[in-house]
Amino acid sequence: MAREEETRVKLLGLWVSPFVRRVEWALKLKGVSYDYVEEDIVNKSPLLLELNPIHQKVPVMVHNGKVICESFVLLEYIDETWKHRPLLPQDPYDRATARFWALFVEEKLMKNAWIAIFSEGEEKEKAHKVAIEAVERIEEQLKGKRFFGGDDIGYLDLAVGWVSHMLPVWDEMGSTNILDPLRFPSTTSWITNFLGHPLIRDNLPPRDRMWDYFHRKREQIMASRASD
Amino acid sequence: MAGDAVKLLGAWPSPVVMRARIALNLKSVGYEFVEENLGNKSQLLLQSNPVHKKIPVLIHGDKPVCESLIIVQYIDEVWSSGPGILPSDPYDLATARFWAAYIDDKWFPSLTGIAKAQDDGAKKAAIEQVSEGLALLEDAFRKCSKGKTFFGGDRVGYLDIAFGCFLGWLRVTEKMNGVELISRSKTPQLAQWAERFCADPAVKDVMPETDKLAEFAKVLFAKFKNPPSQ
Repeated sequence: MAREEETRVKLLGLWVSPFVRRVEWALKLKGVSYDYVEEDIVNKSPLLLELNPIHQKVPVMVHNGKVICESFVLLEYIDETWKHRPLLPQDPYDRATARFWALFVEEKLMKNAWIAIFSEGEEKEKAHKVAIEAVERIEEQLKGKRFFGGDDIGYLDLAVGWVSHMLPVWDEMGSTNILDPLRFPSTTSWITNFLGHPLIRDNLPPRDRMWDYFHRKREQIMASRASD
Repeated sequence: MAGDAVKLLGAWPSPVVMRARIALNLKSVGYEFVEENLGNKSQLLLQSNPVHKKIPVLIHGDKPVCESLIIVQYIDEVWSSGPGILPSDPYDLATARFWAAYIDDKWFPSLTGIAKAQDDGAKKAAIEQVSEGLALLEDAFRKCSKGKTFFGGDRVGYLDIAFGCFLGWLRVTEKMNGVELISRSKTPQLAQWAERFCADPAVKDVMPETDKLAEFAKVLFAKFKNPPSQ
């Protein structure tokens, strides 16, 4: 009985977190069942603090009694542990390329889009510009491809996956226009392909709930700035 | 593919460039080292890494690979018959990757925070932060090494490379601020590990001498204190 509990995967997450979501998609693509624990990030549980004392963040995965944190670390761990249906390409150069772009999108697009939607004026303009430049790079990478991974979803699609459903919501509530479909046709196609995959389509945060969440967050941030 | 020519674009003071050099040395891979002048970047660098325009860049045959830890993984995967750099067990590998990310995202920025501190109070706080990080890394060493010589076990591995590359700058910081960050009293395991790491054949010729690096640092830090006017 104890051994069964240990081999089962437990995932601590947050419904709106893109970092958690990409790990869930990976587990689902691999057909790995897991117990999901929704964390209250504002009132962090003793379990979360015990399992990830350094960062106190989700996702946290427990497998075979061992704790693994950080979403990109988890994607690689999942790919190495459950070897069927590979997420990363086989060729070392292609792997390096996928890892490079995953890091790039995280550092340039996610970071700057986040800043852009929660700021105003010059700060917003600057971040907005960098975010668009990042999408230009994505557009180049996607030209002629159904997915980053080729014919099917791979590591880089999962890493960038938040762009498909979260960035449009951010653009709407954040008064930004980062994902312009006229400007980025390949990216727009990719979004359709990605969201059309059954395992992705059935595993997305609800749109209106997302909108409310980010809209409220934006209001809180703007209000606290006004009172400074 | 493994037989194609290897070129590494870098600069001698750069710790992240050192990561790639150590990995190539561990695999006994011959390569041409191209010293870049960061104030006047070469066409080759700008073409090979158009996105970031940063070093290191590994050019294998005609293919550029960028980002130091991605380069180390690439080297391990291509020259797979040489001694393994990444841990073979997925959990040990996940642990090594976790700590490498911590070092890049949190610990090394805290180290440069000491140089950037504008007054004594800020400096003291920055030093404290670095020390707290080292206490975590001391603990990580105990867990990862499992009683052996390196984070990677019997030989230099991924996490040794990811962390050890910063030892030169750490020593310069200690010297310039009159503090001990890694010491036998505070971080006994790391102190021993640091000596062994720097003495390793794959490391010793690419780790810059502390005095030479300190001279370079003085020039660099002068720029932080008196940034050129916009």
